[in-house]
Amino acid sequence: MDYTGEHLLPGQLGHFFITLSLVASAIATFAYFKSTKSFSKADATQWKKLGRYAFITEVVSVFAIFATLFYIIHSHYFEYKYAWQHTSLSLEVKYMLASFWEGQEGSFLLWTFWHCILGLILMKGSKEWEAPVMTIMSFVQFCLATMIAGIYIFGWKMGSNPFILLRDSGVLDNAPALHMNFDISQPLKPDYLASITDGNDLNPLLQNYWMVIHPPVLFLGFASTIVPFAFVIAGLWKKKFAEWTKPALPWALFSAAALGTGIMMGAAWAYESLTFGGYWAWDPVENASLVPWMVMIAGIHCLLIFKHSGHSLRITHLFFILAFSLVLYSTFLTRSGVLGDTSVHAFTDLGMNWQLIGLMIAFIIPSMFLYINRYKQIPAIQKEENATSREFWMFIGSLVFFLSALLIIGKTSVPAFVKMAPPEDPEFAYNRIQVFVAVIIALVTAIAQYLKYKETPGNFFRKKIWLPTVLSVIVSALILAFGNIDYNKYGYGFLGSIWLAVACSVYAIIANGAYIWLGLKGSLKLSGGSIAHLGFGMVLLSILISSSKKEILSFNTSGIAINFGEGSKEKSGENLTLVKDVRTDMGKYWVTYEGSQKHPKKPLWIYDVHFESKDGKEKFDLHPNAFINYKGNEGLMANPSSKHYWDHDVFTYITSLPDPTKNTDTSQFKNKQLQVGDTTYYSKGYFILEKVVSRDSIPTSQGIDPTGNASLAVIKVHSMNNSSYTAQPLLVNQRGRQYSIPDTVVSQNLIFAINSIQGDKVNMGIKEPNTILQYLTLKAYKFPYINLLWLGVIITVTGIIISMVRRIHLNRISASES
Amino acid sequence: MKKVHIILLVLIAGAIAVLISFLKASTTYDTIDSAKAKPGKFVHVIAKLDRTQPIVYDAIKNPNYLSFTAIDSLGKTVKVVYHNAKPDNLEGSERLVLKGDYQNDHFECKEIMMKCPSKYKDDMKAAEKNIQETTETTPAEIQTAEKKY
Repeated sequence: MDYTGEHLLPGQLGHFFITLSLVASAIATFAYFKSTKSFSKADATQWKKLGRYAFITEVVSVFAIFATLFYIIHSHYFEYKYAWQHTSLSLEVKYMLASFWEGQEGSFLLWTFWHCILGLILMKGSKEWEAPVMTIMSFVQFCLATMIAGIYIFGWKMGSNPFILLRDSGVLDNAPALHMNFDISQPLKPDYLASITDGNDLNPLLQNYWMVIHPPVLFLGFASTIVPFAFVIAGLWKKKFAEWTKPALPWALFSAAALGTGIMMGAAWAYESLTFGGYWAWDPVENASLVPWMVMIAGIHCLLIFKHSGHSLRITHLFFILAFSLVLYSTFLTRSGVLGDTSVHAFTDLGMNWQLIGLMIAFIIPSMFLYINRYKQIPAIQKEENATSREFWMFIGSLVFFLSALLIIGKTSVPAFVKMAPPEDPEFAYNRIQVFVAVIIALVTAIAQYLKYKETPGNFFRKKIWLPTVLSVIVSALILAFGNIDYNKYGYGFLGSIWLAVACSVYAIIANGAYIWLGLKGSLKLSGGSIAHLGFGMVLLSILISSSKKEILSFNTSGIAINFGEGSKEKSGENLTLVKDVRTDMGKYWVTYEGSQKHPKKPLWIYDVHFESKDGKEKFDLHPNAFINYKGNEGLMANPSSKHYWDHDVFTYITSLPDPTKNTDTSQFKNKQLQVGDTTYYSKGYFILEKVVSRDSIPTSQGIDPTGNASLAVIKVHSMNNSSYTAQPLLVNQRGRQYSIPDTVVSQNLIFAINSIQGDKVNMGIKEPNTILQYLTLKAYKFPYINLLWLGVIITVTGIIISMVRRIHLNRISASES
Repeated sequence: MKKVHIILLVLIAGAIAVLISFLKASTTYDTIDSAKAKPGKFVHVIAKLDRTQPIVYDAIKNPNYLSFTAIDSLGKTVKVVYHNAKPDNLEGSERLVLKGDYQNDHFECKEIMMKCPSKYKDDMKAAEKNIQETTETTPAEIQTAEKKY
């Protein structure tokens, strides 16, 4: 049957290129494999040539798939499920890339895309390593191509295809209006597409610029972990156990830089636009990307040990194999849905679990088998490292880092295998251990560079280290004495470990900074390592300070002497309600909710909250926003807003708003017998019935017939923020009919109505309706030294890149010499 | 024995100790009855929102007080008090994981996790519902359509 309005060509192209990519990567794998295995040089060259053509075909196909899918998204072809599911007509063009990788298929594509780029560079530059390394690269491309293939093999679905049509996806099956005769058992109407006027849109929480730039970098990091892995396998395979380390080192450094940047961009995203109240929550998705990075760092350090002392080659192999294996394992953990219950933002089950497990097995089992098989042949020095040598302490540091990574991934995996509830405070369960890892790592990074490889004379070491040590003791003493680091929520034991860790990170910063001059004579080209360590010290320090000195500003400070009603004896909490235009006390600030604007196209409201410090020195506006009842997602999705200072951020987000759908006034008048002079409490203060006056005429201001008489009650309202108001409800007696004219105190959300009057006793109806009031509830935090964290990350990455450039340079020199 | 081996053993022993302490710190999933049976003990209770009972939350009165009734799969109910803002999708939630302990007459909740069997599927369900709603026709239209055939 033909359906009107569909654009089928892009989809057909997409399917074609997916198939081509599968075939081309399979051929490339086979050709490069044969080239590696052939004994005659001519054969090897022939196969290599075929491998290259096949891999280039693969690259072209992947680019074509990428372009086609983007074209479909960009053109809003809602006949394709991917476009319908992840975009809408109102989506800004700048977020279209974000919708590209919102889905699993798109993020697999992104991963493959980076493999293509890396593969091309390796093909061009790795000479005798090309054949074995590209065998691995082509094979991983083949495996990833199966993930988006969407082919049925004996009824088993392999992969999830991004080019599937909406009408084939099952989404429309239960919409009678789209089917012939309004019967869902009948086929779709030929013009069904005319009814699909808009897409489902990108998840509003992802409509953020971080979502555009953070996944590409993170996936570049993930993708690059395969290169050191491929070199390890190539080395084991060709039995060139040491030679592979030379070309692999710059790649490993590149991978560490890219992955590290990607992870911290994710942290920045979480901080800037999600409402965890922080940049790190030990969430499975975060852990899953952190752990391969830690193992990669351990591998780099062991590789350096090998280069300078000949030790640790065997474990270097293992670390690089594991770094990539952990990327695969993390892919499984986060995409299979096994952790769905414990993560806020784990990917979801696409029914590909077995395929993901297959991906792991395809790489981990053969590589571990090869490693164990060749283990004895890998050269190793039997004599053990001297305890005064640099390599000894580097090795200890790597080992601690590696074990800490194993602990993190172990804890993360527990819920996938054991039906056990997480601890009461999951973040603390990580922090109380990792704080000691921070202590050890910071100490080792501070000291190790002052040691020489092989052996260090005591005098040499003491002469160089005393100055940075003394400086660090002074600086950390000052920080601890005047920094008010008094986070004792978990007792003094934990506070003590934080102090120790602060002192050690200061040591790491100062010692590594000083080493650039003391050890390297200020040569920045050589100081990549020191710079990276210095930055890492700053990261540790800022993590410790920013999380232990995080302050909640919005502690409900309205602790005035009024009855809260049901929650009266309750402790104050982290949320504060602001009534529109009422200046409210919040710690050292006065805050006012001044108004809101709606986004022109989306159900997104942006709120203006004015902050003013009580000493009047600081004044600023924050604009937190929230999506309300967006596309069938009930409730609000809030984005925070923050004011940046050099040493701290003020950070706020909305936690609750009046429910617009329930915004009908359900409250009732409460009747109360009052006598003149009586004081009565309401939710935001109290009021006094001052007097009751009878009049012979009705005040004309009411705009009604002035004949008749009226009684008037004068009520003085005192609110908790020291404002007072007067309300004058009337009871009118007109031509024998009695009725009440209520009076409203708008800013206090209070309505008075007189039911009856007897002398100075009034039966008064009092109501606090929920409709007339505009308010919002928010949380506000102060994050100190968050900028130190971002700066530390930038310095670390810069240091790693300096080392990488130097290693590439050294490799070039040694290549031209030989 | 080499120094490295000794350090390795110490580190591994440390790691094992940490894992054991982690397992010990792990809490349990409980039913409402078993949570009631151990007041003051931190537990995870998997339950649902009892929609027959009111949800008490008034941000004006106290933005840090939420109370509702939870019902578990055995049909037992308990009053839940949560000293925080009302999670915005509470009413729409399918399943709740309540973290906290039972005190006197209510379950004092420290954290609520709203659960959907799968976020993705849920989004898709909402989307499907949207499609069905936006394409829904009035009964009159359907009748005329039926008459034609």
